[in-house]
Amino acid sequence: MPAGTLAAPPAPTAPAATGGWLVRRGSRLPAWLLAVLALGCLAVLAALPALVSQADTQLLVNFFVLLVMSVMWNLLAGYAGMVSIGQQAFIGLGAYGVLVLAMNGVPTIASIPLAALVAAVISLPVSLVVFRLRGGYFAIATWVVSDTAMLVISSVSAIGGGTGHAVPGLASLSPRAFGRVTYYAAFVVVVLAVGGAYALLRSRLGLVLAAVRDDEIGARSAGARVLRARRVVFVVAALGCGAAGALLAVSQLQVQATAVFSVQWSAEMIFVTLIGGIGTMEGPILGTIVFYLLQQNLANEGAWYLIIFGTLAVAIAIWAPKGIWGTLERRLGLSLFPLTHRVGPVAGTSRPPRSPGRPTPHVERGPGAGARSGP
Amino acid sequence: MVWVNALIQGILVGGFYALFACGLSLLFGVMGIINLAHGDLAVIAAFVALTLAPAAHVPMVWSFVLVVPLFALGGYVLQRTLLQASLNRSPFTTLLVTFGLSVVIENVLLEVFTSNGQSLNIGTLIADSFNPTTTISVPYLSLVVLVVAVVVLGSLQLFLSRTRTGRMIRAVADDREAAQLSGANYQHLFGIAAAIAFATVALAGLAYGMYTEFSFDAGTANLLFAFEAVVIGGIGSLWGTLVGGIVLGIAQQVGGQINPAYQILAGHLVFLAVLVVRPRGLFGVRAAA
Repeated sequence: MPAGTLAAPPAPTAPAATGGWLVRRGSRLPAWLLAVLALGCLAVLAALPALVSQADTQLLVNFFVLLVMSVMWNLLAGYAGMVSIGQQAFIGLGAYGVLVLAMNGVPTIASIPLAALVAAVISLPVSLVVFRLRGGYFAIATWVVSDTAMLVISSVSAIGGGTGHAVPGLASLSPRAFGRVTYYAAFVVVVLAVGGAYALLRSRLGLVLAAVRDDEIGARSAGARVLRARRVVFVVAALGCGAAGALLAVSQLQVQATAVFSVQWSAEMIFVTLIGGIGTMEGPILGTIVFYLLQQNLANEGAWYLIIFGTLAVAIAIWAPKGIWGTLERRLGLSLFPLTHRVGPVAGTSRPPRSPGRPTPHVERGPGAGARSGP
Repeated sequence: MVWVNALIQGILVGGFYALFACGLSLLFGVMGIINLAHGDLAVIAAFVALTLAPAAHVPMVWSFVLVVPLFALGGYVLQRTLLQASLNRSPFTTLLVTFGLSVVIENVLLEVFTSNGQSLNIGTLIADSFNPTTTISVPYLSLVVLVVAVVVLGSLQLFLSRTRTGRMIRAVADDREAAQLSGANYQHLFGIAAAIAFATVALAGLAYGMYTEFSFDAGTANLLFAFEAVVIGGIGSLWGTLVGGIVLGIAQQVGGQINPAYQILAGHLVFLAVLVVRPRGLFGVRAAA
């Protein structure tokens, strides 16, 4: 991280001794166990295409795409307090980025990172405009931006206008090879998105976001550059959503404006995050799993999966604002992606009055309740 | 002459946008709620009229007699229950809850009424117009809607400034705790504000259904237009909303005159330009940022 994001506090990743107390970032689970768990998950996911059917591989790609979007929306709303309903702007730009690059002979797989980058670059001037509004007005402004992007792109007939265009390049592969290529592309994007979001939140910038969430005025007066932190998150979220849109274009081999710029993407990423647990790293993962279980079981019931999922999300937002994971985490004191700081005894000093096994109060507060929305 | 016509149509449709937007403005001004389900509520109103008016043997033009009180009641109940519960959490929660509602409403409408386009049949009234020249046509329906919008905005202004309840609503909006100490029941007052907002959105929805064909997902576009009218006019100014609606309407009509595909785009671009050049809107009392 560039220096100067936060004025005084020392980097927190290094344990700081404070008179017999140790403030340390971590879970109640030991770090080696978390590392083993993470590597195990990655190994299973890497081996999956060899184990499951072609149809299931395609399903997993869709799962990864929604997961990436949800991780990004969680960064925006759960950590930076910005409710965007226009992330489909960057999904669409990513998808069309792949299309345009592929039409110009760029290898399709190489076009994914480039398309994501295009979305991120465009998000910068967008942020200049939409950051002028706060809260709900910011939310609808992002929506207007995505609608504008859709209308502009639909009016360009060289890329299919309103009817869409097929993505050239990968169609010649055998179905099996195509399935593998898209799966591993999606897998890499998911690992980068989750890992990148986690690294971002553990960085200085993550500290700024946490400080702003708890007390914006206090954070500002301590020298936190709030606007800049939010802008970075906005651009990162655009990068992630651009990559998700690029994956959509590659896996469906077809790009159509109303489909890729649909507000339904925002609905899904918002519901997934709310249900899984907004403001937790685990929440979007859990929420996406719940979403796919529900969707598969209600596949023949038309729009009912969205009705049920939306109702559930509304209920959770009001009555259990930390979602499934947040509620579990508070009960169990577990964290698979440790972001909070815990207070414990320093080895070699006298035992502190509190028993070390007891769940200690988290230094960071959950988002949602009390979080200010908007830049 | 086509440009003069575009200008006139823009002003007329602007009245409709203002009617749409005033409920949005009121909920935000009083409770700080951005109701993302606002457009979908209007579409519900149109569907309710479509179902209820024939059943009750009421001509469609008079359907507002049924739908508006029903919506006012619904607004009061929704405010006292779901919206108040989410307000008690945070403004952040109300945003997510109303967005969730919006998606749920659209999909329920899809399941119940299918994706077919519908319209509220008002017979020959839809075609009646006043034609000063051969190229200029002023449909009576649009004129009526513009007049209704002006009357609604004017009465709202009078209600908020002259009546006891209106003044209490403003007091609660300004400083809830102080108003409560003076004996104001803020939850009840919020309910009344929501009832008024829902009544206006019902009117807007009926006007929309009479104007044009609508289907389950028409709410989204209307929410965006209403919101653009509010921001262009300036957040917090009721008459600004009318001007904002007219500016948006004119932008869309002029854009549509250049190329029908540019109609909505032109409105969006004017909105974005206002955000860049004058973020507090034309008549905004305070900066939006």
